[in-house]
Amino acid sequence: MIQFTDVYKRYQNQHEALSGLSFNIDKGEMAFLTGHSGAGKSTLLKLIALIERSSHGQVLINNQNLSRLPQRKIPYYRRQIGLVFQDHYLLHDRTVFDNVALPLVIAGENHREIGRRVRASLDKVGLLGKERNLPIALSGGEQQRVGIARAVVNRPPILLADEPTGNLDPELSRGIMQLFEQFNQVGVTVFIATHDHELIKTLPYRQIILQQGRLAQQETV
Amino acid sequence: MRFLKFNFKNYALRHLQVMLFSLGQLWRQPLASSMTVFVIGIALAMPAGLYVLLQNLNQVSNQWDDASQISLFMQQDFADQHAKQFTDTLRTWPEIAVVKYQSANKSLEEFRQLSGLGDLLNTLPTNPLPAIVMISPSKNSLRPDAVGSLLARLDNLPEVEQAQLDMEWLQRLRSISKTGQRGISILAILLSLSVLLVIGNTIRLAILNRQAEIKVTKLVGGTNAFVRRPFLYTGFWYGTLGGIVAWITLLFTLSLLSGPLNELSLLYNSQFSLQWLASQMFIVLPLSGMTLGVLGAWLAVGRHLSAIEPR
Repeated sequence: MIQFTDVYKRYQNQHEALSGLSFNIDKGEMAFLTGHSGAGKSTLLKLIALIERSSHGQVLINNQNLSRLPQRKIPYYRRQIGLVFQDHYLLHDRTVFDNVALPLVIAGENHREIGRRVRASLDKVGLLGKERNLPIALSGGEQQRVGIARAVVNRPPILLADEPTGNLDPELSRGIMQLFEQFNQVGVTVFIATHDHELIKTLPYRQIILQQGRLAQQETV
Repeated sequence: MRFLKFNFKNYALRHLQVMLFSLGQLWRQPLASSMTVFVIGIALAMPAGLYVLLQNLNQVSNQWDDASQISLFMQQDFADQHAKQFTDTLRTWPEIAVVKYQSANKSLEEFRQLSGLGDLLNTLPTNPLPAIVMISPSKNSLRPDAVGSLLARLDNLPEVEQAQLDMEWLQRLRSISKTGQRGISILAILLSLSVLLVIGNTIRLAILNRQAEIKVTKLVGGTNAFVRRPFLYTGFWYGTLGGIVAWITLLFTLSLLSGPLNELSLLYNSQFSLQWLASQMFIVLPLSGMTLGVLGAWLAVGRHLSAIEPR
């Protein structure tokens, strides 16, 4: 599902963020991406989300070669990937419902379908009663759940998360991880960048560990 | 086919939603929005108002066209018995519609009555006034150049001492009005440009204000068209509302002017009354506002949206 083959990413200032990276995540797998800050975790996720392009090597996502994907097709490609961010990236002038509905509105769904799917999605993350609230009225954990609801609302085959528990206490973090596991159990490929070692060592998923832009080791627990 | 139809309905519905959403956004910032709308309105009203006044001026001068007359002052020795033959010849000219002859004696009589210098005139040994032939050019020859060449031809007739067109001031008015038209066109272009800049700048600020929203939209798969749409509709509303404000401003200003103008035209014994062009302007102003609005938004969005990519 996610396949990196000898991928390099060099920035203008000659800094090499990724060098010769190769790994593979299967369809329906759940995996963690770890490593010190600066090891290239964010860069790797950006390559998958096509926020940036690799300098060299092949990135194959859901059977699409990203280096061959023209610029104008990027929006349609991104609809296959649910993105979850550390800072949620919610729109604070819109209700929880409207935030979660955004990907569906963009995809041009009719509004009965939007209502149905947004409520289903909010139900899954346990926020069904809060659809009329503004994000600011929610706690940090709840805001992250809204972010997750938005990421899964159009049922993408891949869920990508960048430090989703970065701002949360251990108990809330565990709850968020359980949510990701639930989505994984229904067949979604889940890939989570995190440095929360305490949390992930209790979980039975593969870790892809980056060190200075290279693959340090792959651990299967 | 049904599927297509359904999709189109969906598409139109989404446009309508974005349209109303943009209007709602303007509504939520009444002060800033109305300021922009008024700037656009005034910028559009100015050339429109001048245009209306100029059209009225042209209409007045067209009325006077029909009254344009050439007076032929005949040679002193022109005898009344030749008059019939002379005027008949003139009547055969295609450029001439009406010919009227007034003998030297008649002229003297008229002058005596109008001037009140009767006794003084009696002391003159001979009649100093010439006979006069008054000519109205035919409809086709009312253009300034046609009248000019007719005038020259008449002036060259041996019987004629001098041919005079009384309406030279009309030509001057014409050329003033032509200058005015040119000036208004230039003003309209400059002010349209300023409307473009105002809307472009407003949209630029709106884009900066909603940078976060644009980034998120792009991250969850929003196309450039989707991101662009609300800003184009914002421009649409600014322009259209500005056009309506311009129309109201125009009517208000002209109603202030119409009182004194009508008084003035009464003094000149004219049939003139101010034409508002209200219905034309009601279509033209919002339409041109809308065009400028969408265009300005398009330019601003094109320049600034591509700069906002998720990083």
